[in-house]
Amino acid sequence: MSDVTETPVERRGVAVVREIMSGGSTRAILSVVAGFVIGAIFMVFSSEEFLAAAQYLTSRPTDALSAAWTAIAEGYSALFRGSIYNYKADDFVAAIRPMTETLRFAGPLIASGLGIALAFRVGLFNIGASGQLLFGALWATWISTRVSLPGGVHLVVAVLVAILGAAAYGAVVGFLKARTGAHEVIVTIMLNYIAAGILTFFFRTPELLREVDGGGTPKSDAPALTAQLPLLLGSEFTLHAGFILAIVGVFVYWWLMERSTLGFRFRMVGHNADAARTAGINVERTFVVAMAVSGAFVGLAAANQALGVQAGLTPDLDGSIGFDAITVALLGSSTAPGVLLAGLLFGAFKAGAPQMQVIGLSPEITGVVQGFIVLFIAAPPLVRAIFRLPPPQKTTVIADWWHKLTTKGDAK
Amino acid sequence: MKLELRGITKRFGSLVANDHINLVVNSGEIHALLGENGAGKSTLMNVLYGLYTADEGDILLDGVVQKFKGPGDAMAAGIGMVHQHFMLIPVFTVAENVVLGHEPTGILDTLDIDTARKRVREISDRFGFEIDPDALVEDLPVGSQQRVEIIKALARDAKVLVLDEPTAVLTPQETDELMGIMKGLAKAGTSIVFITHKLREVQAVADRITVIRLGAVVGEAKPTDSAATLATMMVGRAVDLSVSKKEPKRGETGLSVAGLTVIGDRNNKVVDDVSFEVHAGEVLAIAGVQGNGQTELAEALVGLRTPSAGSIHLGKMDITHSSVRDVIDAGVGYIPEDRSKDGLVGDFTIAENFMINRSYGPPFAKGLNIDFGNRERIASQLIGDYDVRTPSQVTLAKNLSGGNQQKVVVARELSRDLNLLIASQPTRGVDVGSIEFIHERIIATRDAGKPVVIVSTELDEVTSLADRIAVMYRGRIVGIVDAKTSRETLGRMMAGATV
Repeated sequence: MSDVTETPVERRGVAVVREIMSGGSTRAILSVVAGFVIGAIFMVFSSEEFLAAAQYLTSRPTDALSAAWTAIAEGYSALFRGSIYNYKADDFVAAIRPMTETLRFAGPLIASGLGIALAFRVGLFNIGASGQLLFGALWATWISTRVSLPGGVHLVVAVLVAILGAAAYGAVVGFLKARTGAHEVIVTIMLNYIAAGILTFFFRTPELLREVDGGGTPKSDAPALTAQLPLLLGSEFTLHAGFILAIVGVFVYWWLMERSTLGFRFRMVGHNADAARTAGINVERTFVVAMAVSGAFVGLAAANQALGVQAGLTPDLDGSIGFDAITVALLGSSTAPGVLLAGLLFGAFKAGAPQMQVIGLSPEITGVVQGFIVLFIAAPPLVRAIFRLPPPQKTTVIADWWHKLTTKGDAK
Repeated sequence: MKLELRGITKRFGSLVANDHINLVVNSGEIHALLGENGAGKSTLMNVLYGLYTADEGDILLDGVVQKFKGPGDAMAAGIGMVHQHFMLIPVFTVAENVVLGHEPTGILDTLDIDTARKRVREISDRFGFEIDPDALVEDLPVGSQQRVEIIKALARDAKVLVLDEPTAVLTPQETDELMGIMKGLAKAGTSIVFITHKLREVQAVADRITVIRLGAVVGEAKPTDSAATLATMMVGRAVDLSVSKKEPKRGETGLSVAGLTVIGDRNNKVVDDVSFEVHAGEVLAIAGVQGNGQTELAEALVGLRTPSAGSIHLGKMDITHSSVRDVIDAGVGYIPEDRSKDGLVGDFTIAENFMINRSYGPPFAKGLNIDFGNRERIASQLIGDYDVRTPSQVTLAKNLSGGNQQKVVVARELSRDLNLLIASQPTRGVDVGSIEFIHERIIATRDAGKPVVIVSTELDEVTSLADRIAVMYRGRIVGIVDAKTSRETLGRMMAGATV
């Protein structure tokens, strides 16, 4: 017997996810700060004033410094104007429009982020949000363009079909993993290609989903009015009920993971599949169910993309949501409030990028910031080194607080 | 070579694993380091071997202070270590394993295997190891593999040999042989540090004994001191290692296993045509050296492995092909041998761990929801009843000591309404106080009229708990004998002899 209690050798991937997830909110916030600092550096170097002042840096360094400061201030205030409140706008509606745009962009990010987060909690890397979204959107589009139903019912059916379609596509991953031992990362990546191909095929084939009087490009009809997600704030704003779906998703996710016995078993398998098996859990079946539920959350994003528009859809309707969802789940530590906040942040980046372009900054800077934030999240020692944090603690104040909040009153 | 440790202190955060430990091992002396699991023995040896750096204190060899930056330095200075888990490459020969890391080379950097072979034969002959340098390590019995480890250390001119729990994997006969080897080495001038928690072995082989508890040296003892004295020093209070129990009141057959065969991971019969019965109110112990099919047998009984032949009946119910969940629901309690891997979810709280095998219905579930009120109530009751020492029920299981972790598992399994208890290595890596407690609970389960199966490699545990003992060797039951059978007979059976 050794004196040190040996920890079981766990699957490496699971261990990595756990390390990434264990950082808690402190590291998430610091990663965001670090990401913004790097974004600032990019802004400084894309400022012509700064580059000019840098020519005579040694003689008058203050010029360069003030030019740098101006670049950063202008860049981030443009981001603020584009994503939260446009204080330069002429009227109130225009001033608060950016905020509603942020919410509109955040909706599908939150929903699909929840799906990825759920898979993470079960110890699975679901890289297939893109495929699940496309597959769900495909059938939602079928309902919304090829089926007539009365108002209200039509939308509900279309949303449910989006959820079921994405869930079924996720379940395939779990099934292949459970039955054949195929690794879910490979399977989900390949299924992304397959879904994109199927969707394009459907959108290109007149007998299937191609727009009725369309040309040769793959495109669908606009969803029927009865199947469109209704606008929330009237016709002045584009914010629609897709955001409500995401918020409902956040509450369902919270209930599932923190309150329900099903979520308890998901977490058990994620933490220690051997112990779960010994405790009578069918681990393989849990993989299938978890991937289906993961897909169902992505299905909310599919509904958002397929039914939140008034125009026809093209095969790239998923945008970059599939991969952004992974970053949202990682930044949000796979908790309900974390994913909500992370989705809002990345939604703000998407909404604010055009304003940055207006002042002559490359909108891709937000993508760089987003990438660095997740890089910092995924490389915990890096952030610890930058901010001179102590090595990982077993719990943090915020984790304790969160635990108390989620498990009512077992503090003893 | 004389080894001296002066005031070695090693801290991990707020935990003081070694607290100003002083230890002197004279040349040619067998010095036993006796302590419970978690007392800090392994930490101390890892400091000595250069794996950890001491926060305070010095290591002296023949009076010269040493600074080890890693095991390489320690080896170069003449310290050899035989780990509890062997560091051997199974598909290599003995000679190849011995020279691994400092291979003698010939022209063009080719491996000079003849020199290696000669060196192995030299050492083997000198100490009577009887090891063939050309044998593949995977073909050797465990006891011989251990000798290969010792040869490895000696081939690098180790003057101080550290043996970390060397007898854990050996049969009684192999243990005796190892002790002979230790004495021979000591006579030839090698200093030996013998880490163990087994009193009998210490008394048999040690020249001097240092007892450590909670990271500090409690004192020195002589091998002539009684086992009770040594045990008391180890745990800090008098402990009764024997279990007082009444004669069993046998009831009906609770578990009957017939012709059970299990095919293992390497496609061999790990459990081979095993049959036995356990009556209500009796303890059947499955004894044997680790790796003779006991683990697989226990796993087959609870549904974790599918038997290829034979049957398992719980009372009248056929559970041969039942799922784990059905077996659990049929009232089979199972204490797995590796609690951190199979018995607990380390990142779950104690309260959560109490419900891992009962998450589907009452009392822990209310519809689809976890019944937090019930869970809190049951958890605090079990923590009290089973004496789990923890700051709170929301403490993560991984932050508990081994003994308390095991109590969580025992509490979870015994607090259900059982028809059968299967306990695999129920006290492995558990402190003496908890061993006593867990043994009492197991006997109480028996006395409540339940059939109990214990799987244990600790002969002391087997003889003190069992009413009958089944000895397994290479997947077969060699014989089922009375619990009063002598250690010698059991030892012979564990080596494959039929009675």
